[in-house]
Amino acid sequence: MGEMKFLSADKLTQWLEELSRTSTVLAPTQEDDAVVFRPYDPDRELRLERQPTMPPKEALFPGSETLLQYQYRKDPENPGKQTVEVRESQPAVNQVVFGARPCGARGFTIFDPVFEEGGYQDPYYQARRQSTLFVTLACSMPENTCFCHWVGSSPSDPRGSDVLLTPVESGYALEAITQGGERLLASELLTDGESVREEMEEVKQAARKELGQAPDLSDVPQKLFDLFEDLDFWDRMSAKCISCGACTYLCPTCYCFTITDEPKGASGERIRSWDNCMSYLFTLEGSGHNPRPTKAHRLRNRVGHKFSYYPRLHDQAFACCGCGRCIKSCPVCVDIREIILSAKEHPHE
Amino acid sequence: MTTLDELKRTMKEKLPELDVIIAWGQGFDPLHATPLFIRDADQVEQAVWNPLCVHNLATYLPWLKDKRVGVLVKGCDSRSVVQLLQEGLIDRDRLTVFGLPCSGVLDLSKVAERMPDDLGLVREVDLQQDQVEITTAKRAHTLEKRDLLPTKCLVCQYPNPVIADHVFGEERHPADPEQGRYFDLEEMEERSLQERMEYWKQELDRCIRCYACRNACPLCVCQDHCIAETRDPNWLRQEDTVREKLMFQMIHAMHLAGRCTECGECERACPMGIPVFTFKRQLNRDLQELFGYQAGTDPTAVPPLMTFRVDEENIKDRGW
Repeated sequence: MGEMKFLSADKLTQWLEELSRTSTVLAPTQEDDAVVFRPYDPDRELRLERQPTMPPKEALFPGSETLLQYQYRKDPENPGKQTVEVRESQPAVNQVVFGARPCGARGFTIFDPVFEEGGYQDPYYQARRQSTLFVTLACSMPENTCFCHWVGSSPSDPRGSDVLLTPVESGYALEAITQGGERLLASELLTDGESVREEMEEVKQAARKELGQAPDLSDVPQKLFDLFEDLDFWDRMSAKCISCGACTYLCPTCYCFTITDEPKGASGERIRSWDNCMSYLFTLEGSGHNPRPTKAHRLRNRVGHKFSYYPRLHDQAFACCGCGRCIKSCPVCVDIREIILSAKEHPHE
Repeated sequence: MTTLDELKRTMKEKLPELDVIIAWGQGFDPLHATPLFIRDADQVEQAVWNPLCVHNLATYLPWLKDKRVGVLVKGCDSRSVVQLLQEGLIDRDRLTVFGLPCSGVLDLSKVAERMPDDLGLVREVDLQQDQVEITTAKRAHTLEKRDLLPTKCLVCQYPNPVIADHVFGEERHPADPEQGRYFDLEEMEERSLQERMEYWKQELDRCIRCYACRNACPLCVCQDHCIAETRDPNWLRQEDTVREKLMFQMIHAMHLAGRCTECGECERACPMGIPVFTFKRQLNRDLQELFGYQAGTDPTAVPPLMTFRVDEENIKDRGW
């Protein structure tokens, strides 16, 4: 059993201020209709009662980041000759992501095998990953679009978090999940938490119970693979999709990007920015050929990647944490759960 | 027979001549409707018609140009159909329009303002004439419908379809807003230019560039070839900055000048709650003042920016 602490509700802002002294604390902040992660500011409204509109994705994978800067120079002796100077940039952060839901923090466990393991080590991702801690808030009441239990997770899943907070009657029960988390629990504002352990377990179990039974998705990777050529199926599934990128950009596990050079005269920057498979340009080739010319091809890729191709490559893990943002923020309510079940129940020809 | 029953009966009658009918069905919870693509007669029963039918289904028409399509439209949506016909982007012969006079839809962001913590916990919704009762896992909320109407409904001049092959339900009266038809813009104009710029900087800082505003727009028809993302031409940098995002919004609004039918889908679609409809409203008011023109109201009219007059009545380009 990990170390248990208790934080009374009235000490929460004090703790956040304390954490802010040594790290940048990103916390869910109300901004008009949306709840987004912003550097903690006691003057702004902290919002912990609902799932944030955005997951904490930008903490490790910003909307755009500079990979390098370049400068072309002409040789004054020989103007035909040009040299280029390249300066790489490395992110330097020290941050604590506070108040993400377990699904938001767990999203990065889907990133890790892609950016940190195997043949390609991504230094930009790694630099942020190694200097970011996640203090996550377990859910006490799942929303209608939540389906974390379908993908092997739960409303109090600690994977991806360093500290897990569970709301209890008078404050929060805190569990250290990692050594980094244990260091955060050294604060004097926290008291011993053994007395709320039982209550914490009850909150966790009640939330899990609220979600109900999950369907067995173990055959879904193969089913989707079998449906790859069935464009009629994908036409029906994608009929109402408007092919925007809301689902992917709000997804805690979608990590696709594009790299572009953005010149200003003789100098410029090479940047990496988010890209998404729902966009026509995502796979448009230099020849003009596009292997995913319609929204049906593109939706097939989004679902297939999460529930078939990624699991095949990475120990059967689904590249989905069941947060439901792609459903609730979709302008036309495309429901990935429906698509998965339709694939599962599709008669095999 | 209720309006919905009548609608379903006619859809069943017409379906054999059509490839698809685009209607609304029940979404993932009682507070959400969703577009429903009806291909088989047994799907007709899934159709719904109520103030949660917010989507402008005309958005799908250019994608289905070669199909025989039936489409359900509210008054505002019907204006998009007219504009698409004017621009030759869809074919009237292949189109069957099912018109539904409308007394206003619900703006779910206004619902969210009134019950921010339990919007995702809705168990039951009871839509009455003037009130909406929403029961969530936590409590029951009784909300006044007039508080939940989006701007477009508060100022709606076309509650009845301007084009339709079949009309269902009684005719509705246009709104007569006390504060005037452009109260939202007037509120904005009370701020100084600098304040307005600060406001938009803060709003657009949240933009994630998903382009839901663009893809939900029925008149934004470049779609796959939008200069927001193309590198050739390379008009926008891919940096995640307010400057680029604002530039895109300006391009979108300018491309819609004289074409926007005020369905408000751009703003409704925005997952980050950015009020991007304001830009289009502003240009629509300018178009109204300059050319006395409202897009999508007359299939035979030529939109002002698709033609020219040597002497424009309201544009003094000589003798200042």
